[in-house]
Amino acid sequence: MKSFIDAYSWINLRYLLEGLWITVEVSVASVILSFILGSFLGIIRYTKIKYVSAIVGFIIDLIRNLPLLLIIFFTYFGLPNFGFKPEIIPATILAMTIFESTMLAEIIRSGIQAVPNGQMEGARANGLTYWQAMFQIILPQAYKKMIPALVSQFISLIKDTSLATIIVLPDLTYHAQIIYGQNANYIIPMFLALAVMYFIVCYGLSVLANYIDRRLA
Amino acid sequence: MKKQFRLATLLVALGALMLTLSGCGKSLSQQDVLQNDRKANTITWGVKADTKLFGLMDVRDNQIKGFDVDMAKHITRHILGKKGKAKFIQVTSQSRIPLLKNGNIDAIIATMTITPQREKVVSFSNSYFDAGQSLLVPNGSKIKNVSDLNKSGTTVLGVVGANSVQNIKKFAPKARVLELQDYAQALTSLKAGQGVALTTDNGILYGMAVQNPGFKVVGGTFTREPYGVAVNKGQKPFTNEVNKAIKEMEADGEYNQLIKKWFGNVPGFNYKELER
Amino acid sequence: MITILSDHWQELLTGLGWTLLSSVLALIFSLIIGSLFAIMEVTESKVARTIARIYIEIFRNIPLLVITSFFYLVIPMYVVKVNGFTAGTIGLTIYTSAFIAETVRSGIQSVDPGQMEGARANGLTFWQAMSNVILPQAFRLVIPPLGNQFVNLVKNSSVLAFVAGFDLMYQANNIASITFDTINSYMVVGVLYLIITMPISYYMRYLEKRLA
Repeated sequence: MKSFIDAYSWINLRYLLEGLWITVEVSVASVILSFILGSFLGIIRYTKIKYVSAIVGFIIDLIRNLPLLLIIFFTYFGLPNFGFKPEIIPATILAMTIFESTMLAEIIRSGIQAVPNGQMEGARANGLTYWQAMFQIILPQAYKKMIPALVSQFISLIKDTSLATIIVLPDLTYHAQIIYGQNANYIIPMFLALAVMYFIVCYGLSVLANYIDRRLA
Repeated sequence: MKKQFRLATLLVALGALMLTLSGCGKSLSQQDVLQNDRKANTITWGVKADTKLFGLMDVRDNQIKGFDVDMAKHITRHILGKKGKAKFIQVTSQSRIPLLKNGNIDAIIATMTITPQREKVVSFSNSYFDAGQSLLVPNGSKIKNVSDLNKSGTTVLGVVGANSVQNIKKFAPKARVLELQDYAQALTSLKAGQGVALTTDNGILYGMAVQNPGFKVVGGTFTREPYGVAVNKGQKPFTNEVNKAIKEMEADGEYNQLIKKWFGNVPGFNYKELER
Repeated sequence: MITILSDHWQELLTGLGWTLLSSVLALIFSLIIGSLFAIMEVTESKVARTIARIYIEIFRNIPLLVITSFFYLVIPMYVVKVNGFTAGTIGLTIYTSAFIAETVRSGIQSVDPGQMEGARANGLTFWQAMSNVILPQAFRLVIPPLGNQFVNLVKNSSVLAFVAGFDLMYQANNIASITFDTINSYMVVGVLYLIITMPISYYMRYLEKRLA
């Protein structure tokens, strides 16, 4: 019992919260970027532009089928060969964006497919160009249908940032490791704190999504 | 026309991607690090953050503290002058060489032993610390030295990318070696009974023993592990400056002060032997 | 890449073996556990539904790495010795079972409720009807998503590298740190992962199209 009280000293809690903040920061940035990139990739794959869609589709499949850890390594250790030396946090955001946008691309593509064909035809008949129809008519409907799938992907993203501890991203998981690494009595309190903090963030997001989903429906 | 252009860009991007991934890209470390650092008035060091006495994150103020970190600060001051800044990036035994080769860091000062294999890929300064490999075991353990580990069925813990892991495979070939991500994870694994002993350099182990009264260092040292500052190949001017700085520190007693500061109060450890 | 393959093929093969073993074991067990919780979610018992809901929500919202490290570090300290491979596989099983439960539940719910009523009217108990009538139909519907879960399992099994579980990623880390050829080491294991995951995910896409 005493180890619990000691483990949750203000100093340790503050350190954990600093880690949580990095987790949230990295997640929010990656969610926004991968949503934009993923939509773009999903549309390209759906639209069937000659050659381009096939090549983009193949690259998406390659990345989707690799472990995220490898993508993290390639971004952090591989990109500098290109003359681009990201620090740990930008490198993680980049790796998460690359990986998650390919996952989102598939969700978004099937979301667009689920919108009835008549919608596109109707919009085109009313004089909109293909891209106008896509962005103004099709996508908004597709997104609305995809909310649950999108959100569960975002939750995966938040959880997956913990893998970046392997390149020493100072996130929630890493900060907990540092604390219990220095005192083994803190290990159970730290795991409990990890579980609670991740749960609050991830579950909170899914509750929020359900609420929005219901409002829109 | 437009479509063809888009296709061409894509193919170029794809080719470039393949090039990076296959590692054909040109190394960045062609520029003179010393000149760049003088211009920026900053040296970027790769240090450990999970290793007591050498580089350990202090939870209270989010600063990394230890002998390696202090050495880096002093060397920086010797090279760049009093206003020179030392920037620290956390590395693990696994990530330090790729980060150096990529140019994310200018130099590694992270409990890194000078070995012939490593000298093929990086250059080392003269040794700045004399460590030797040893063993950490729980109090009451039957293991007295490295030969006790050489039995099938014994599991020894180490860290990915550490020289000590290669050594133990030579000294106790029958033992199974588990390589964890960093020292914090390895130590927690020892506490969880995932192995009978944790092996690495004595300095690091004494640091762990200080923090964890249930554990002790046994078996003396069975290898010599001189630590060096690692820099990229072809950075002779920078290496020379580091060597000069180490020599100056030894001459004016700064070095011994740091040894005393970090190792003076470690039980079972004779810091006088380390003084230069 | 070639030199790494020829110098270290033994480690790579071992790694591949452990990765596959862990993924297959985790798939089998998470299918059993996941189906169990899925059935609990559609029973009439409020207690069963609540327990299932809590299990699923907890393990869907905590990182796999945290679950796995818990079994590797905490359980041996206080309960029973678990090695890295076992801890990793248990972690994978628990984590994946929460997702499989959701998939199977939606499969069950997409089977016409009239079927259950009909089966019950013909004198079958709830469990008989579930296992003989409903589940076989539900599984046929959820084969593609389950196949994709297996692909996820293979990818996620790389978490074993954190707990010294001998898998492909663990071997890659070690090879990279011996050869200092980071990029090529990871390239080789990347290709090995793709050899497993790509055919499965393409086959599942084909099945999905055929079922649709």
